Amino acid sequence: MTRPRRVRDLVRAYVRTGGLTRPSRDLDLSALVRSTTAAAPVEASGEERRVLALCSRQRALSVAEIAAHVDLPPSAARIVIARLMDHGLLTTPTHPHITASHDLLKEVLDGLRALV
Amino acid sequence: MDCAPSSEQGGVTYLSDTVTRSTKLLIAGHFSVGKTTFVDCVSEVEPLRTEEAMTQVSAGVDDVAGLPHKTHTTVALDFGRLTLNEELVLYLFGTPGQPRFLPLWHDLAKGALGALVLVDTRRLTESDPILALLEEQGLPYAVAVNQFDRAHRHPLDAVREALDLADDTPLTSCDARDRTSSLHALITLVRFLFNRMEPTP
Repeated sequence: MTRPRRVRDLVRAYVRTGGLTRPSRDLDLSALVRSTTAAAPVEASGEERRVLALCSRQRALSVAEIAAHVDLPPSAARIVIARLMDHGLLTTPTHPHITASHDLLKEVLDGLRALV
Repeated sequence: MDCAPSSEQGGVTYLSDTVTRSTKLLIAGHFSVGKTTFVDCVSEVEPLRTEEAMTQVSAGVDDVAGLPHKTHTTVALDFGRLTLNEELVLYLFGTPGQPRFLPLWHDLAKGALGALVLVDTRRLTESDPILALLEEQGLPYAVAVNQFDRAHRHPLDAVREALDLADDTPLTSCDARDRTSSLHALITLVRFLFNRMEPTP
């Protein structure tokens, strides 16, 4: 065991998702998340409070960024975020998924070209 | 196009408040081919890393107490982002190359526009499982030779042949340490993705 602490933390992370092993909704790692004006319920877990404290009402972060900042594995972060969405505490600005379309690819191409 | 500055607070760089849509590309390739360097180099924010726990059937090492025959290993996932315009942000996920991380792969590939596969000409055969995986998943990809300093420069035609790439698969080269060069490789990929898709009526 070269990194026992990390392994234990990850196991604990699953326990701290309230025993859930799957998110209640389909959430992509790139889905954008914002907080709402709703107040956190008293029974919110430590992980849920950390996620809520991180999220902003005006400026989004992706699910992956939230996972990295609160130091949860993405799978656990997704469960926590999905549950907070179910309770109306977090929201996605638009569609959690956008599919590839000609227009989207044009937009990405133009965006990348403008960065060079 | 100038993008509204994102807001940094306590080490967290939030997106601009006008950004409401996101999309993603994968940066794939075998171990130590330069995926992390590539993502670090093009990302507009400090690249981030999360660690996913993977449960595997144990070979008798690293057993977690109380969970016999199972091993928890972690796989690091590096990612970065690029705000492309006022509304749209692109996430780049460095995708772990090992086939044993297949479940994570499925998850990352879902909804991705495509993948840029970085290859090292000194270890071309190591890219085969990655290309096979992408083809299996039906995820379109372009290939970029990461030009390492000491590597012998192979002509791209030889690389194409060695990798047995389809004629229309774009093949380019880049220096993952150079932002402009890496952005050009991304542009090669997205131009290919754009051209292969019919305009929506």
